[in-house]
Amino acid sequence: MKINKELLKVKGLKTHFFMDGKIAKAVDGVDFTLNKGETLAIVGESGSGKSITSLSIMRLIPSPPGKILDNSSIKLENRELLTLSEKDMRKVRGNEIGMIFQEPMTSLNPVFTIGNQIAETLIKHKKMKKKQANQRAVELLKVVGFARAEEIVHEYPHQLSGGMRQRAMIAIAMSCDPKLLIADEPTTALDVTIQSQILDLMIEMKEKFDSSILLITHDLGVVAEVADRVLVMYGGQIVEEAQVRDLFTKPMHPYTRGLLDSIPNLDTDVKRLKSIRGTVPPAHRFPEGCRFAPRCDHVMDQCTAANPELLQREESHKVRCYLYES
Amino acid sequence: MQKYIIRRILQFIPMLFLITVVVFGLAKAAPGDVLTGEMLDPNIPPEVYEIRREALGLNDPIYVQYWTWLASVSKADFGMSMQYSGRTVIELIQARIMNTLYLSLFALAITLAISIPIGIYSATKKYSLFDYGATTFAFLGLATPNFFAGLLAIYVFAFWLGWFPAQGTTTAIGLSGFELFLDKLRHLVLPGFTLGLASTAAYMRYMRTEILEVKGSDFIRTARAKGLSNQSVLYKHTLRNSLIPIITLLGLEFGTLLSGAIITERVFNYPGLGTLFINSITNRDYPVIMAINLILAITILIGNLLADIFYAVVDPRIRYD
Repeated sequence: MKINKELLKVKGLKTHFFMDGKIAKAVDGVDFTLNKGETLAIVGESGSGKSITSLSIMRLIPSPPGKILDNSSIKLENRELLTLSEKDMRKVRGNEIGMIFQEPMTSLNPVFTIGNQIAETLIKHKKMKKKQANQRAVELLKVVGFARAEEIVHEYPHQLSGGMRQRAMIAIAMSCDPKLLIADEPTTALDVTIQSQILDLMIEMKEKFDSSILLITHDLGVVAEVADRVLVMYGGQIVEEAQVRDLFTKPMHPYTRGLLDSIPNLDTDVKRLKSIRGTVPPAHRFPEGCRFAPRCDHVMDQCTAANPELLQREESHKVRCYLYES
Repeated sequence: MQKYIIRRILQFIPMLFLITVVVFGLAKAAPGDVLTGEMLDPNIPPEVYEIRREALGLNDPIYVQYWTWLASVSKADFGMSMQYSGRTVIELIQARIMNTLYLSLFALAITLAISIPIGIYSATKKYSLFDYGATTFAFLGLATPNFFAGLLAIYVFAFWLGWFPAQGTTTAIGLSGFELFLDKLRHLVLPGFTLGLASTAAYMRYMRTEILEVKGSDFIRTARAKGLSNQSVLYKHTLRNSLIPIITLLGLEFGTLLSGAIITERVFNYPGLGTLFINSITNRDYPVIMAINLILAITILIGNLLADIFYAVVDPRIRYD
């Protein structure tokens, strides 16, 4: 394993949306590192900025209204992505970074065959001839578990089930042997039984293609199953960063604890599930100080005065909370 | 697919029957007949007209008249015109149908050649000066009635600037070959643009809306995440999906064009089916009215069928079996 070699380094990432004179700070100062061979999960509620983070890495933020602010930095193997020309960035997308999305039902183009949509990437990035690309498409479909790959290449997305389409999406994403696979809620729209198959497939592909995974999810069950390390996002910022085991055994941030507490437990019988009171504030109206303060049970005076820093409290465990100031 | 097409064509028969019944009834409901206009001549005694009416069958009950018409049409005999004595309906139509076809195809070609590129460009440059200009033009085009646009075109381009002829299909006799073709084309310009105006405006808007809608789809995000160029994303992934509803509408366009041609031909005194149709209506020339109506109805039905067939061709999700 080549663990601890940095593959992706995100520093001070700020992605803001400028709409109707309001500024929505969807991603507001995110730092993290993804090592080679690692599966890093970003968890958070809707609106926490996790998907915008992943789209920022691909530079696929709709602009306007979105903009990645100037002092942000996203480095893939020490190469700054944010200053690449659009043409060079296109060589990164689909080639060095593959991406799969939440909605397998709508993420494939309905009017082109599966084979066409896989081959397209190969023709573009690997300069393959059409025939060669089609052959490779069949092989890739076999790799992602299609028994009748020769037929599937000629089929259209609507002829496949959701799980099969997500497999096809994975085949597209892995087609050019990417260094990084970004999976944005890859299993959210799937049946539970299919979910674990797709997760297993992703991990298998990561090993097979010697790649790494950035997994965006709101499902802590998925995190526990596949991630090595976890970032918890809230209000456009990372509030906790930990090894997956540490996060589940000794969560530090009150938000993380709240999330873990709200998972139903089969062993204990409760009348009401626990939940975190309140809702995520909209990105154009974050509170002063700690963004979680209005919903926090441990709120102190200093919490509403200034936003705490994300600081290392234990070995490879960072948290953004004043409770651990000592 | 074959079975579907055959089934659809068989459905045409009862539909056409109903259409002819309704049109015949409506035409007969209008007061007067083909001889009413000639009544004014005081030198001819009214009995003469009565004899001619009797001979034309105009005094029979309406269902007998319809039945007589239907019986002869079923033998491909569309009868004689009542206003142009001695000429068969087929002759009259044959002399004009190609002119209408040229006009409609010319208008259709203009519509597609203008509206699709402008629609695409408007969508890619949303809210630009060009887009606002195109939108303004589209609303003007939609709001201007055919006859008014025609008169305006005649005034500006024929009378004032003198660029194009204002009426007819050809100017000089004796032209041949390429010169004749060019001359005919020049005569098509004003009526063609007039006829195509509203459709051009409408298709421009459809195209713009469709492109913008498809651009927001998940699969376009996927295409961009694959590292495809903007051209490839627009012309392959977006356009193919945006054209699906447009192609469907095109099938219905036949009806719009033909009914539009009726007014436009009148304005430009263009000798086509439309002019013949209006003359037949004012003169209560039932055999001609019915024959042209039948042509219109069949064209529209075939247009609809073609739209459905095209739909299945461009969208693999649609299957008719």
